Amino acid sequence: MAQNMSAHRTKPPSMIHSGNGVYKRRYILNKVMLTASLCALGFGLIWLVWILATLAIKGGGALSVTLFTEMTPPPGEAGGLLNAIAGSVAMVAVGTLIGTPVGILAGTYLAEYGQRGWLAPATRFLNDVLLSAPSIVVGLFIYAVYVAQVGHYSGWAGACALAILVIPVVVRTTDNMLMLVPNGLREACFALGCPKWKMIVMVSYKAAKSGIMTGILLAVARVSGETAPLLFTALNNQFMSWNMNQPLSNLPVVIFQFAASPFKDWNNLAWAGATLITLAVLALNIIARNYLGKK
Amino acid sequence: MKKHQSSFHDVLFHQITRLFAFVVFSLLAAILISLIIGSKETLLKYGVSFLWNDDWDPGKEVFGALVPVVGTLLTSFIALLIAIPVSFGIAVFLTELAPSWLRRPVGTAVEMLAAIPSIIYGMWGLFVFVPFFQRNIQPSLIEWLSPIPGIGFMFAGPPFGSGIFTAGLILSIMIIPFIASVMRDVFELVPPMLKESAYGLGGTTWEVMWKVVLPFTRAGVIGGVMLGLGRALGETMAVTFVIGNAFRMPSSVFSASNSIASALANEFNEATGLQKSALLELGLILFLITTIVLVISKIMLQRMAKSEGSKS
Repeated sequence: MAQNMSAHRTKPPSMIHSGNGVYKRRYILNKVMLTASLCALGFGLIWLVWILATLAIKGGGALSVTLFTEMTPPPGEAGGLLNAIAGSVAMVAVGTLIGTPVGILAGTYLAEYGQRGWLAPATRFLNDVLLSAPSIVVGLFIYAVYVAQVGHYSGWAGACALAILVIPVVVRTTDNMLMLVPNGLREACFALGCPKWKMIVMVSYKAAKSGIMTGILLAVARVSGETAPLLFTALNNQFMSWNMNQPLSNLPVVIFQFAASPFKDWNNLAWAGATLITLAVLALNIIARNYLGKK
Repeated sequence: MKKHQSSFHDVLFHQITRLFAFVVFSLLAAILISLIIGSKETLLKYGVSFLWNDDWDPGKEVFGALVPVVGTLLTSFIALLIAIPVSFGIAVFLTELAPSWLRRPVGTAVEMLAAIPSIIYGMWGLFVFVPFFQRNIQPSLIEWLSPIPGIGFMFAGPPFGSGIFTAGLILSIMIIPFIASVMRDVFELVPPMLKESAYGLGGTTWEVMWKVVLPFTRAGVIGGVMLGLGRALGETMAVTFVIGNAFRMPSSVFSASNSIASALANEFNEATGLQKSALLELGLILFLITTIVLVISKIMLQRMAKSEGSKS
């Protein structure tokens, strides 16, 4: 009895336990396993440090103003990433503009009208599957329904593929955040004689605003690094272009092509681009998290 | 009159949101149908035998899915082997060991692993990890493991650096944050009373985690693992850089092979005719596998969430 009672998890074995083999074995196993847990954490974090350090060393040196002022060069010449950055920004912006309203409205239905009927639970379930569906399959989908029909790659197709990746993130956060709005607020609004749509727009959205914003930011962070869906939709373009109806250069695909090439200066540009993207994505993530944390 | 107008707006708003919910609902079906239509040619030509034909030769117009399917499953399996124990360790640290001021920063750092775009993993893998692994680790792994009778053949072969194992390892880093955060979340659902009873009986931290918390959260943990598996199966860019991209049956874990996603990334844009259809069918197979895995994951997590109310 006494042995068990004093066997607290943080205390070292006391005198009573010094001759107890069973207790000693359990104590040692505990220590070994907890040390293993620390090692697991170290194993997880060492990659983060290693990758960020690599980016800082290889990409930090290649960062310069010319990245933002010059086009992607032919091999052997100096240049920048201007057309790729512009194309990426354009496609992410259009993709977010298409995906966000769809996501918010669908999320609104799930949270505000979804108490009855089959559509809301079924959509919620499928949306969660869509959230983790492979992005390359989304690229194939847009290729099949858009690119193959039109006959050429285009920036619009890339933006559509990104929009499909934005939608499930926004649906989920909108749904979750609207669910958190206290019902008292809704009832107070109804008591004033408000119609339901006005209640949702003026009360629910207002109360859930920062949460929904966080979801949109996280969605932007997620799609700005996506490469696979753009390979079959936007492809690439060596020249500066704002024409969304043509193949559009974008940072991830340029990084993919330049990194896989044998030319040294292309590789360096790829590292610079990789550092840019990682900085942008991590910054968006941290902003989004702190935004939510403040609420 | 006023009353009429507002109820009209109400119906309108309701129906608009309903319409968009339906759009989201039908997206998965639309993806499925478009892939089936796109791969019609090979579906009709090969039927089910597409799945176990291991020959892929665009020159002779012969296509079989076995190599990329095996490559996909094998890399994901290796990724799970590494990621499950590591994620469990991280979740134990975050729920039981870490002082409360450390939980948030460490949790965020682990989640940052998921935020890094996959192309960065691929590029870093190709330029930094593959040469390092080839020079410093792989030769000794081959030396130690290949003489073991029975399983030694799995580790034989020349040290190329890239290959199935490297792809699996990098995938494991990418899915650790997903599995670890689900595990942490379900561990926190365990009623404190249950854990305190176990501690009160004299259990050590490890015993409480292994014999009380883990059995209680089993469904949720499996859900988290399946979620990680779903992610690993469809991961493209990281795998494309390091798997070696050879349409060959892997003879050991160090040999170069191909996964469905990397085959698509490498060949789709240059493919025409039958090859394009075969690649779309690969995409269809990938979509079906991941959807099934994710549905299982979702059901497991829902079961966990439901039992939360009844058991505590």
